[in-house]
Amino acid sequence: MTTAKEDRTPKEPPTPERSRAAPGDPPVPVLDRRPSDEQLLAARLVPLRRPGQWVSAVVLLVLFAMLVHTLLTNDRFQWDVVGRYFTRAPILHGLALTLWLTAAVMASGYLLGVGIAAMRLSGNRVLRALSFGYVWIVRSVPPLVQLLFWYELASLYPTLSLGIPFGREFVTFRTAHMFSGVLAAYVGLTLDVAAFSAEIVRGGVLSVDRGQTEAAQALGLGRSRVFRRIVLPQAMPAIVPASGNLLIGLLKATSIVSVIAVQDLLYSAQLIYNQNFLIVPLLLVATIWYVVLTTLLSVGQHYVERHYARGRRGAGGGGGAARAGRGVWDVARANLSLFGATRRDLAGLS
Amino acid sequence: MTGGERPALNALDGDALNGDAVNGADRPLVRVRGLRKSFGGHVVLDGVDLDVREGEVTVLLGPSGSGKSTLLRCVNHLEKPDGGFVELGGEIVGYRASGGRLHELRPRHIVRQRSRIGMVFQQFNLFPHLTVIENVTEAPVSVRGTPRKRAAEHARELLARVGLAGREDAYPRQLSGGQQQRVAIARALAMEPRLMLFDEPTSALDPELVGEVLAVVRDLALSGMTMIVVTHEIGFAREVADTVVFLDGGRVVESGPPEVVLTAPRHERARAFFAAVL
Ligand SMILES: Nc1ncnc2c1ncn2[C@@H]1O[C@H](COP(=O)(O)OP(=O)(O)OP(=O)(O)O)[C@@H](O)[C@H]1O
Ligand SMILES: [Mg+2]
Repeated sequence: MTTAKEDRTPKEPPTPERSRAAPGDPPVPVLDRRPSDEQLLAARLVPLRRPGQWVSAVVLLVLFAMLVHTLLTNDRFQWDVVGRYFTRAPILHGLALTLWLTAAVMASGYLLGVGIAAMRLSGNRVLRALSFGYVWIVRSVPPLVQLLFWYELASLYPTLSLGIPFGREFVTFRTAHMFSGVLAAYVGLTLDVAAFSAEIVRGGVLSVDRGQTEAAQALGLGRSRVFRRIVLPQAMPAIVPASGNLLIGLLKATSIVSVIAVQDLLYSAQLIYNQNFLIVPLLLVATIWYVVLTTLLSVGQHYVERHYARGRRGAGGGGGAARAGRGVWDVARANLSLFGATRRDLAGLS
Repeated sequence: MTGGERPALNALDGDALNGDAVNGADRPLVRVRGLRKSFGGHVVLDGVDLDVREGEVTVLLGPSGSGKSTLLRCVNHLEKPDGGFVELGGEIVGYRASGGRLHELRPRHIVRQRSRIGMVFQQFNLFPHLTVIENVTEAPVSVRGTPRKRAAEHARELLARVGLAGREDAYPRQLSGGQQQRVAIARALAMEPRLMLFDEPTSALDPELVGEVLAVVRDLALSGMTMIVVTHEIGFAREVADTVVFLDGGRVVESGPPEVVLTAPRHERARAFFAAVL
């Protein structure tokens, strides 16, 4: 709406009467033909009205209210069943498995990922090529396929041995006992996370100005010191949001282990509804848990981001403000631009 | 590109390798001999010789792209030379001479050499995530193992010396360019270097901030610090330099006291350059 008006104005002759009287536009209130400076100084500022935003906000709020209403009033959601199963032992066991599988995969995936990123950033051509190849192949294969692959490893390699390459073998394992469902899930997901985290870390490191490394080197800091004290802290603001995203994705991606009968949160719910056919309420149980966990992770991510914002705010506010900082709610509100705009408009209309 | 002008490898076999007894105490703190560096076929340094004596200020002048920054970066081994060498206090920078060869040093030895050379960059390159005092104490604490408290005391003195007492807890972004550059100088001084390198320390500054930084550099020169300064501030060169070196196309084309080089340059390129700058 506003753009249409702005587009039109320049084409019109610059007489104030005509642009004010442009057809279709509401008349712009004016004080006088030629207001005096005193009148201008005394004039109240009226913000531009944005009816489009206001209307869309109302529409969305109504839709949201309808959604809440139907969730609460439709008996077929069976909220009493949801409540009954929410803290049942099998669900809680599944939840625990989801949690520690996520944590273990994330930790080892990042350890591996940092190594792969370091290889890619190194001066060694072979390491760079290996790192590139790893990321390429792992990112190309769907995680579900990887999972099944590790689960079925026993059919490809019935035994695995430790020993001299192409030479003597010292210890031999039977793979049939090695890759239980959980271990296959752990290995498959770790390799997947390693590839993605390597790219996240690499991107973060590349985002740090080369001058930082040079200044640190010129001061006589050693390589690992330069990385830990100078480069990494400055790479973190780029790494943390992407990693938070990856972690939350992983939390839910662990649910693919249900295909190899690992009893995580989702599969535990499925096992129950396979018996009692209360499909929707049990899916809701799992969903609500995922929402709770994701919320906790998001809040945690916010605090980590704030920690690494040290010294990043512009002059004046500075690091002090970054640390004393705004609460989660302030940030959430600031990001809900629609909400913010609506409040302004309401103030303008009143 | 003529080979005769470059004493590069001949010099290696003689005095540089075995320590020169002839020059003795008179030996310059910094000796650059036959320094060559190319970037992918593009010759940037083409056999540079340079001496800087203890306590002297050498100002490097030259048109853009003449290799001034590259020369400075070779002095503290941020850039690996293709040929020739840099010697600081009798030690070859970045290499160990033995059996007629130069063996590249391990990182920790290079780190030790670098800690004796302070460098100030055109873009300041302060660490934005550290406060002013953390910027200054980082190297003494992590490289020298100086106790944090002692390092902080020393840092406060240095910051007072560059006129920034009271700004210890600010972050770099809260400071003006001139203040940031003065912090960068304090940060380099914190390692108590024997040699300071300045690469156009005032080029990124608004004109009204240039003076405050040059004043600090001048004070440092008066205190007897050995320095190599790349700058386009001819007035500063005239006032502070013991030697002015004019670089063009990766070679030293003029070298001598400022009153000679700046007023009566022999080389055509230098004359044209000064005519344009002055
Ligand atoms: N890392 C690099 N890779 C490729 N070329 C480079 C590199 N560093 C410098 N050069 C090139 O070397 C030449 C000399 O660069 P240098 O920075 O030493 O010049 P300078 O005399 O400092 O110029 P200025 O006054 O513009 O700073 C330039 O042509 C530059 O493009
Ligand atoms: Mg330069």
